[in-house]
Amino acid sequence: MSTPNVIVIGGGLGGLWATLRIADAGFPITLFSLFEVKRSHSVCAQGGINAVLDTKGQHDSIRQHIIDTIKGGEYLANQPPVKAMCEDAPGLIHTFERMGVTFSRTPEGLLDQRLFGGVKNKRTCFAGASTGQQLLYGVDQQVRRLESEGKVVKHEWWEFLSLLLDADGVCRGIVAMDLNSLEVRAFTADAVVVASGGMGQLYAPKSTTSTNSTGAAASRCYRQGAWMANAEFFQFHPTAMMGHDKNRLMSEAARGEGGRIWVPKTPGDRRPPKTIPEAERFYFLEEFFPAYGNTVARDEAARAIWTVTRQMGLGIGGDGGDRVYLDLTHLDAAFIGARLGAILEIYRKFAGVDPMTEPMEIFPAAHYGMGGLWVDFERSADGGIQPDSPRNHATNIPGLYACGECDYAYHGANRLGANSLLSASYSGRVAGESVVSYLKGLAVDRGGLAPAIPQAEVACQQGINAELMRAEGADTPYLIQKELGALMTTKVGVVRSNPELTSALGEIQVLQERLGNARLGESSTWANQSLAFARQLGDMIELAAVVAQGALARDECRGAHYKPAFHIPIPEGTFAGDPEFEAYRDRWHANNAQWLKTTIAEHTRDGPKLSYQEVDLSVYAPTEPRDYR
Amino acid sequence: MTEQPIHLRIRRQDRPDSAPYWQEFTIPGHPDHNIVSLLMALRENPVTVSGERVDPIVWEHNCMEEVCGSCAMLINGVPRPSCSALVAELDQPIRLEPLPKFPVVRDLLVDRRRIDQGLKQVKAWIRIDGVWDTHEGAPRIGPDAWAADYLYSRCMSCGCCMAACPQFGPHSAFLGPAPLAQARLMNAHPTGRYDKTERLHAIMADGGLSDCGNAQNCVRVCPKEIPLTTAIGELGRQTTVQLLKDLFGPR
Repeated sequence: MSTPNVIVIGGGLGGLWATLRIADAGFPITLFSLFEVKRSHSVCAQGGINAVLDTKGQHDSIRQHIIDTIKGGEYLANQPPVKAMCEDAPGLIHTFERMGVTFSRTPEGLLDQRLFGGVKNKRTCFAGASTGQQLLYGVDQQVRRLESEGKVVKHEWWEFLSLLLDADGVCRGIVAMDLNSLEVRAFTADAVVVASGGMGQLYAPKSTTSTNSTGAAASRCYRQGAWMANAEFFQFHPTAMMGHDKNRLMSEAARGEGGRIWVPKTPGDRRPPKTIPEAERFYFLEEFFPAYGNTVARDEAARAIWTVTRQMGLGIGGDGGDRVYLDLTHLDAAFIGARLGAILEIYRKFAGVDPMTEPMEIFPAAHYGMGGLWVDFERSADGGIQPDSPRNHATNIPGLYACGECDYAYHGANRLGANSLLSASYSGRVAGESVVSYLKGLAVDRGGLAPAIPQAEVACQQGINAELMRAEGADTPYLIQKELGALMTTKVGVVRSNPELTSALGEIQVLQERLGNARLGESSTWANQSLAFARQLGDMIELAAVVAQGALARDECRGAHYKPAFHIPIPEGTFAGDPEFEAYRDRWHANNAQWLKTTIAEHTRDGPKLSYQEVDLSVYAPTEPRDYR
Repeated sequence: MTEQPIHLRIRRQDRPDSAPYWQEFTIPGHPDHNIVSLLMALRENPVTVSGERVDPIVWEHNCMEEVCGSCAMLINGVPRPSCSALVAELDQPIRLEPLPKFPVVRDLLVDRRRIDQGLKQVKAWIRIDGVWDTHEGAPRIGPDAWAADYLYSRCMSCGCCMAACPQFGPHSAFLGPAPLAQARLMNAHPTGRYDKTERLHAIMADGGLSDCGNAQNCVRVCPKEIPLTTAIGELGRQTTVQLLKDLFGPR
């Protein structure tokens, strides 16, 4: 038997880490990416990466990191993988350091660590303000080294279209398309890792993600039987600067340093902001949350902005009036320049306006898909995950693995600042190790894939292309995506209600039908981006239905998913022991009994079929409601 | 903000081997549009000034925050990322052309694989035993050395420096500034320096350091303000020492 080979789809932190681990074990790998891997969305992460190194004399502990992560995800994450991730984080950082990642340093040349959102200790390693970029380049350089040694083959500018499944439903390879020649070809493999990133483009342009973060690859796996989990949990960041192409993140630091959020009290007030007197401004965060004011938590701030713009009609800006001001102009210029230089620079560069003299215009933006492809794990005796188990990061399709933002694990990792880079890297490493175990366990006499299977799949995919090239309808895919983004932002966004979600599901169905009849407006078959985009859009619409369906079914407020109709507020002025508070505690427990579980979506011809799975709470079970008073 | 017509002249090319041609468009836009968002608006309705419906324009873009490096092109004759090129700061008609020196794939999309080849040639990586946990940290790096290295680690391979370099292009084997700067970065690393000799030999060969004509164009166009010419100067000194070592000393 020849050496088993592996296909990795996606070259961000997850995909490159998986590649490195598999190559270390001596198995040949082919890496597929829509673009040169170093341009993956991982480069956009700025803040840092968490690991308890406890170098600041604060007695930080890994146990605390685990608990912070579990609470950050409101108990939705299976806890053994979270435990293992936090325990392995320091080793991961040291490996990055060995790769030459330019982490910021202390005066004595050690790794510096700083404080980050949601955490009490200095636990975040960082590389200036470009940590994601530096981490990605670290693994990119290692993969390039392996490529030069012949251990990795890269297929950049190739798009994954579908899985090759054998008669037993085992994943035996993929069908992919050369994005220049549009050649559709089958590639067999003994295992496949999907590391294709998030799906923020469902909300475009009100999303902070890259244009290639469409979720299409994950959606294609879903269509072929892979489960999607917790797709309704989408993290929105409250303060992103508006752009015609995308929203760009303005760090929470802007509010932390004294920035104030406001809108004019009069709807449609078109006066330049500086000319509107104080008395005619509505500082809504300060009014809604007197104790926290502008530094209220991410979710609360996003919802307040939503209320003011979408429900009270007080938003500013030309397109539908859904922006608010983030104002730094009252602050000392020298102070702001020193503390927020990087943000000011981004705003100046991309809006062409100086935020020290003019208030910034911001809106909540889709930032991170917390759900994704369902993946398994094997619990170890010590409560973490079993090292080298082939079950870790395996999807429900044998031979198919998932890691990075496209999988659903470590829920909450990304709600804690600087934990996303950790989960992307760690999950990639684990998926790689898991694949190696899977390959070692493969039967020696496993037969080849019947040639009819790839032939049929290639023909099927070519047929889809031919169909799209032929269509001559009224719409173009670009216009349909605009409508999808607006629909998702409005009805499946920050604040959700069942009537709106029901109507969204109907509209999503209509978009799918319209896409089937859209025209590409494109005559060339060479480097035809419209064709690739139209295909991705179909998969995005499929995913949008999963997100909306999951949100419709989940009648509660948990983490990033918020339905006011099912909100259980803490009764004001009451505390533990008061009958009213105890009644509230009972309701909270009852809600957990009903909803503290994982949403699983299975593809059917009639749309997503939902079911629920228990969450593994073996490390730190929820006993007390969160109470920030 | 009111919409104004924005006038674009775009150099198009259907295939790598076909002849380029120009098309003109006017589209309504705001001054806070950048080139990427303009092209996005244009692909929704690609009609030229003479009313002819044409194929949507092909170009590469991804992060649109000037960090992935994919959307670089020639804008009014200057190589730069198109996401951070604001319409308000550009003279109209705005002239868009593919990044020169690299083979055109289609329209504004070019093939920058030569940057990757250069990075392989200079071994722009730290050679480590494997990506497993060695239960040991890496050597310390002082804050000053960090500050100098960090500048170079921000290179996003956008290719602007190469496009501006008179020595780099299809006519020559010159590696170009970006890979050279990475050689400097890797040589400075406490572990990377173990492979310094190999890297220096790679840039002492044909297409290496001596092909740099010191035109200084690269450093002027770098969107990340990377001190490319400083790197090239440092490498010059390192290769001189290496040359003497090769002649007289044990390696």
